[in-house]
Amino acid sequence: MINIEHLVKNYGKIEALKDVSFSIQPGEIVGFLGPNGAGKSTAMNILCGYLSSTSGSAKINGIDILENPIEAKKLIGFLPEIPPLYLDMTVIEYLKFVYELKGCTLNREKHLDEVCSVVEINEHRNRLIRNLSKGYRQRVGIAQALVGNPPVIIFDEPTVGLDPKQIVEIRDLIRRLGAHHTVILSTHILGEVQAVCDRIIIINKGKIVADEKTENISTVLSGGRDVTVKICGPEKEVLDTLCGMSGVAFAESLGRQDMDSISYHVKSSPGIDIRKALFNTISHRGWPVIGMESTGANLEDIFISAVSENDESSETSSKSKKTKKERSKK
Amino acid sequence: MKAIFKRELRSYFTTPIGYVFLAIFLAVNGVLFSISTILAGADSYVQNYFSFLLLSFILIIPILTMKVFAEERKTKTEQLLLTSPVSLFGIVMGKYLAAFSVFASGILVSCFNFVLLYEYGSVATATLIGSVIVVLLIGGACIAVGVFVSSLTENQFVSCIVTMSILLVLVGTSIIEGSVSATWLKTILSWISILSRFTNFTYGIFDIPAVIYYISLSSIFVFLTVRVLEKRRWN
Repeated sequence: MINIEHLVKNYGKIEALKDVSFSIQPGEIVGFLGPNGAGKSTAMNILCGYLSSTSGSAKINGIDILENPIEAKKLIGFLPEIPPLYLDMTVIEYLKFVYELKGCTLNREKHLDEVCSVVEINEHRNRLIRNLSKGYRQRVGIAQALVGNPPVIIFDEPTVGLDPKQIVEIRDLIRRLGAHHTVILSTHILGEVQAVCDRIIIINKGKIVADEKTENISTVLSGGRDVTVKICGPEKEVLDTLCGMSGVAFAESLGRQDMDSISYHVKSSPGIDIRKALFNTISHRGWPVIGMESTGANLEDIFISAVSENDESSETSSKSKKTKKERSKK
Repeated sequence: MKAIFKRELRSYFTTPIGYVFLAIFLAVNGVLFSISTILAGADSYVQNYFSFLLLSFILIIPILTMKVFAEERKTKTEQLLLTSPVSLFGIVMGKYLAAFSVFASGILVSCFNFVLLYEYGSVATATLIGSVIVVLLIGGACIAVGVFVSSLTENQFVSCIVTMSILLVLVGTSIIEGSVSATWLKTILSWISILSRFTNFTYGIFDIPAVIYYISLSSIFVFLTVRVLEKRRWN
């Protein structure tokens, strides 16, 4: 559905995107994750034809956004970071304007009714947008993106500034949209992608640092699963047994935490679920396992490690540049 | 383009700008008309009226055009237009034509002034019609300048002042032109002067090259506006 190849965007000397490539299949909900200033909005703006790339290509359904912008834009509904609302119009006037602007051919009244009810703004359709609260403005922004039923919908930070109830509602809405549309959303809130997306693309400093299915991302990136297990038994022997097991990358004792058990931290090799084998081996030796918890690194940790690895490497490179400069000064 | 035209035209009258523009325009127009024709005792001589009217464009047209792109850029609504399946030319023309329609409606309303001329004096209808058409064309060129300037900034005030300055040059050169002796300078000034081309029309000569000049001026600035929007994508 969407094919991005070797996208580069420079703002003057600043490199906002450095060789970004990915593709998105129809019906996927993809989360674009990254700290502020990572290049999320730039990538989305290029995809929507608002900005153009310095080099590389962005194709929607095989149509290049630069070569054939009008055809490509017909396939996209876009909610920018700041919803593009005309405050002097009422909700329904605004949606009618967008409907005409996009040159839609669906039945206007029926279609706009549908859109209004999807984002639940029916009772506010005759109010001036100026008088709406932030949350409702955001909904009107989403409605605008849905007008014309485009196959691809792009949301740039759709839940920023909303109250928790509205956030939950908007997330539900996005998940529902995923049934009929390809959805891309950007955010710097980790819980959001975890809750909504099928796939996560982490972007930092203009580069993709991770691109994985949501359920795999923690195992793949953390390089294994962490398990904390409570075992009643002699500490040293248990630890030896744990370390000797196949599939265990690393084991350590966390010390005695209650009267009769000792906690151990076990890290499995990448891609292996060690829990069943762990239970069988230990109980086979006659030591009761009285507690086990998978502490698989959460998305926050992964995100921070993915992003900071990237930072470190760029820092070191900038340091080396600095030393070079200093040397040349000398 | 039609959608943008409709929305833009509507926005002139859901915000005060349209009313302010028309009120000022008709008031200034009425004053100029009475001073330069009836009160001056020149019941059939409209040349001065049109010259003053054209000078008043320097101050009035920027009110109409200052917000056209500047406001959209500031409120980020341009992102909607620029990501919609509409060509840049369509966007610019939609906005240009909306501003032009408001302006033209002002001119048409002010044509009622001429009824007085028929009542109290004698005036050549063809000359009058020719002049009005050309005033519309000149207004169109001034609006194109304003639209262009508006696309350069997100500050309406800056847009207004810069438009005024450019119009002052375009309209005002004809005043300097008369007092310049160097022929080469005179030639250059007459190239850019809007007003000097207008005089013929008030004498009843329908000057086709001048008409082409005004239309090209509008086209150039509309084209430049499209280029500005295009360029912004590539910044």
